Amino acid sequence: MRALDLKLLRDLRHIWAQSLAIALVLACGIMVMMLASGTQRSLNETRAVYYERHRFADVFSSLTRAPKQVLDEIARIDGVKRVEGRVVFTALLDLENMTEPASARVISLPASGGAILNVPLIRHGRLPEALQQDEVAISEPFAEANELRPGDTFRAILNGRKRELVVTGIVLSPEYIYTIGAGALMPDDRHFGLIWMRETAAAPVKDLEGAFNDLTLSLSRDANEAAVIDAVDRILAPYGGTGAYGRDRQVSNVFIEGELKQLGALATVQPPIFLVVSAFLVNMVLGRLVALDRAQIGLFKAVGYSTRTIALHYLKMTAGIGILGVLIGWGFGWWLGREMTEMYTEFFRFPWLLYRPGPGPLVISGILGMATVIIGALRAVRASVRLAPSVAMSPPAPPRFQRGWADSLGEMLSLRQTTMMIVRSIIRWPGRAAVTIFGVSGSVAVLVVSFFTFDAIDLIMQELFDETNRQDVTLTLSGNLNDSAVIDAGNLPGVLRAEGIYAIPIRLVNGTRTRLVTLQARAPGAALTQILDPEGHPITPSTAGVDLPEELARRLGVAPGDSLRLDLLSPPRETWQVPVASVFRQSLGQDAYLDRETLFHWLRQTPQVNMIHLAIDQNRLADLQAKVQETPAIAGFTLWEDVRAEFVDTLTESLVSMSLIFATLGMLITVGVIYNAARIQLAERAHELASLRVLGFRRSEVSYVLVVEQMVLTVFAIPLGWLAGYGFALLMAEGFSTDVVTIPVVVTQRTFALAALIVIGSALGAVLFVRRRLDRIDIVSALKQKE
Amino acid sequence: MRMPILRTDDVTKVYHTGAVDVHALRGIDLSLFEGEVVVLLGASGSGKSTLLNILGGLDRPSEGHVFFRKEDLTGLSDGALTEFRRDHVGFVFQFYNLVPSLTARENVALVTEIAENPMSPEEALERVGLSDRMSHFPAELSGGEQQRVAIARAIAKRPDILLCDEPTGALDSKTGITVLEALIEVNRSLGTTTALITHNAAIRRIAHRVIYMADGRISRIEENANRVAPSEVSW
Repeated sequence: MRALDLKLLRDLRHIWAQSLAIALVLACGIMVMMLASGTQRSLNETRAVYYERHRFADVFSSLTRAPKQVLDEIARIDGVKRVEGRVVFTALLDLENMTEPASARVISLPASGGAILNVPLIRHGRLPEALQQDEVAISEPFAEANELRPGDTFRAILNGRKRELVVTGIVLSPEYIYTIGAGALMPDDRHFGLIWMRETAAAPVKDLEGAFNDLTLSLSRDANEAAVIDAVDRILAPYGGTGAYGRDRQVSNVFIEGELKQLGALATVQPPIFLVVSAFLVNMVLGRLVALDRAQIGLFKAVGYSTRTIALHYLKMTAGIGILGVLIGWGFGWWLGREMTEMYTEFFRFPWLLYRPGPGPLVISGILGMATVIIGALRAVRASVRLAPSVAMSPPAPPRFQRGWADSLGEMLSLRQTTMMIVRSIIRWPGRAAVTIFGVSGSVAVLVVSFFTFDAIDLIMQELFDETNRQDVTLTLSGNLNDSAVIDAGNLPGVLRAEGIYAIPIRLVNGTRTRLVTLQARAPGAALTQILDPEGHPITPSTAGVDLPEELARRLGVAPGDSLRLDLLSPPRETWQVPVASVFRQSLGQDAYLDRETLFHWLRQTPQVNMIHLAIDQNRLADLQAKVQETPAIAGFTLWEDVRAEFVDTLTESLVSMSLIFATLGMLITVGVIYNAARIQLAERAHELASLRVLGFRRSEVSYVLVVEQMVLTVFAIPLGWLAGYGFALLMAEGFSTDVVTIPVVVTQRTFALAALIVIGSALGAVLFVRRRLDRIDIVSALKQKE
Repeated sequence: MRMPILRTDDVTKVYHTGAVDVHALRGIDLSLFEGEVVVLLGASGSGKSTLLNILGGLDRPSEGHVFFRKEDLTGLSDGALTEFRRDHVGFVFQFYNLVPSLTARENVALVTEIAENPMSPEEALERVGLSDRMSHFPAELSGGEQQRVAIARAIAKRPDILLCDEPTGALDSKTGITVLEALIEVNRSLGTTTALITHNAAIRRIAHRVIYMADGRISRIEENANRVAPSEVSW
């Protein structure tokens, strides 16, 4: 091995701890990149393969009733590849050992053979036989939650009659990767399931023989989706079509899209912090190494090594650190990405797991990682190259200190001399101090962003469960009923208060921007559910126009006072021009609101309801549930306590683990930065600190110089980190907000304080770790070296 | 009889470096008395620095004992040795060992801040003739000036013993003499016991006693009947 390469290996061994600290920070960036984009890619591929193999439809629409001949007309629309008309409805279930009501969406299969589109994937058993009225296949999550196996039976209320159904198969569907019941906020596999039955069995339940109430279709490759949707809407309008939509509005797909978008945000917001910090660290450590190697560089040049060889020598050293960081990052990124993909697979109910991060993230993160360290090294390498041999071989000039503002300040505050040493060191090497401050503030920022998720979730939960939804139960009715239904509901056992809501699908149009949303009509006195203005005060639904959630208003590009087009997607299917009355705060969901009387006045109808919120006496919940189970008019029963528990369960599991990972990464930055800064400090000042020991300074007093300088810089970095963290929180909120969820930007004092405490703790740990070396300094030999 | 302020009793020091044992000191019996100036003279490697470090509590003997007044330093903990240095010993080294980021005054204040009954930094600097250079950083001072700051720093706590390791070793003779003058002046006015290591035989003439060292042993001790002022020494 060449002498220079031997030197390289020995130098790396000598600074192994510092190299490792840098490599770890670098690895964090690589890991997050790998983790997020690898998972994103894997999810994307899994979804694509699943959609492809099981013919997930491109366009969806529900309608009231259309004869099957209409399907031929739709099939003739330019760009339509396959069409399927189905019968879809919600049924109440009567499950053994379950007092609370459960419901299921019933989806018809063709009279014989398999589904044309959205083909169910059979996990166990088989699909129902043709002409078998009582055979059904059920969704796997529901089967698992209720321990149902092929051959088991359960009862459903179909057409007002209890019917015993036989489970023949357990299936998964690309249409319901994420399964959520009507009116529910989170998947609830125990109380909501999917049932596939033959058309011959399903159609009679809703009087739909020879007809359908749900349309799905797939498009040919070059189809114009918007044009097809328009054509479908035109054809289905007379049949009560509620507006066709593409995959971009399909609930299950929207949730996955949201998740993919969030992963994308993760892959872009966090890694740059780590990469930049590691570049600075390399700069700091290598700069120091070149300074130490000064005489050797002079010697190498004097004996005839070319400048290029020497520059390459230091670049190789950097590359060593870079390779280590990239490998660690790849390893952990791969492992965590797999874990996370597995978690997603379970959460979303993919039938299989395809962990295929692909070469993209590997290559990109590898290149970025190596570029990071090499850019970081350039300044130091340039310094080594520029040294003339004669200059290099003589010792560097001692650092110049000058009197300045700090001295007057020191005298004024009568600071101790050891404190003045710290002050002067910071002022004398501002670049080094800046690197430390920058790095540590990056660490604070990462922590703030990580904990910010908890703040946002807390706020969403508070808004969702304490402020806007204060009902105990929501009943979803199987159809529109007149107001007497609310009075009937009020008479159900244990009900203290009942409030009716009328919710209808609408399309809001402003110029080229359109959104399909639900319009909720509420009575002015409604107290169980509330909408809040941006300051959090309850507002009464407007009688003059629609109230829109902030995010929806933003997407439509409207403000209060503006006017927009409202298409009713259910009878009487009119188009109105309505003003926007107000904008309110809503993190979850995108419903528009209107005063009830105003709506029915505009509709020229007597008021109706299709949803009822209840406040109940918890002690009589069982009675209420029993009664609801035998009331066919009620299609859905949502117990808000369950929703809340489900919400907490789902979020805490993924968020806690995620935040733990990021908190660890955040700490690693501080440890990496402070450890390196302290090591350099110690190396350069060993002589000075040994002098202090000779003068009779105790270990603690000598440590003070080392520890306090790093801690002062850490404390300086905290406010900067808070600021940066808030900025990143803004980016993350933007990146994490989807059509379904708007992440509020709120960072609590708790988050700021926690981030600061963790960073101070990590910094102290790192510097105290280095401090132990002070004890090992041999005072006598340290003094023998000339400065 | 005069009281020894520092006394060694058969002190040996062996350094274990790799395969070889280096015997730096081979049985030293020595007393330093209140108020005297002692010069330790010997070639490099004769063990004089090792002895000085052991006397000052920077190092421990392998065998034997060191007494400060009546206290045996040999068994003291690291912390107790630190306290001993802090309260009783002043050091001056060949390479000054000043803190580069502190001015002359501040370098002295470094010690006065932790000493029990110090003189003011100004007074200490005045004693070594540097009143007008107090606000200068070490890098702005000449070698002789830096060494005088080091002396001021060493004496500012009014130590019982001043230990100087080649204080003029890095200086030319003219500058060296000003440094020696400062040391003698401190000894005269404060009565500080001063031990000075040198391999420069000319300097022996300023001492009360000269201790010759060779090969880790004291080869002889010489009383100096005719002490001269530093200004009369030349090399």
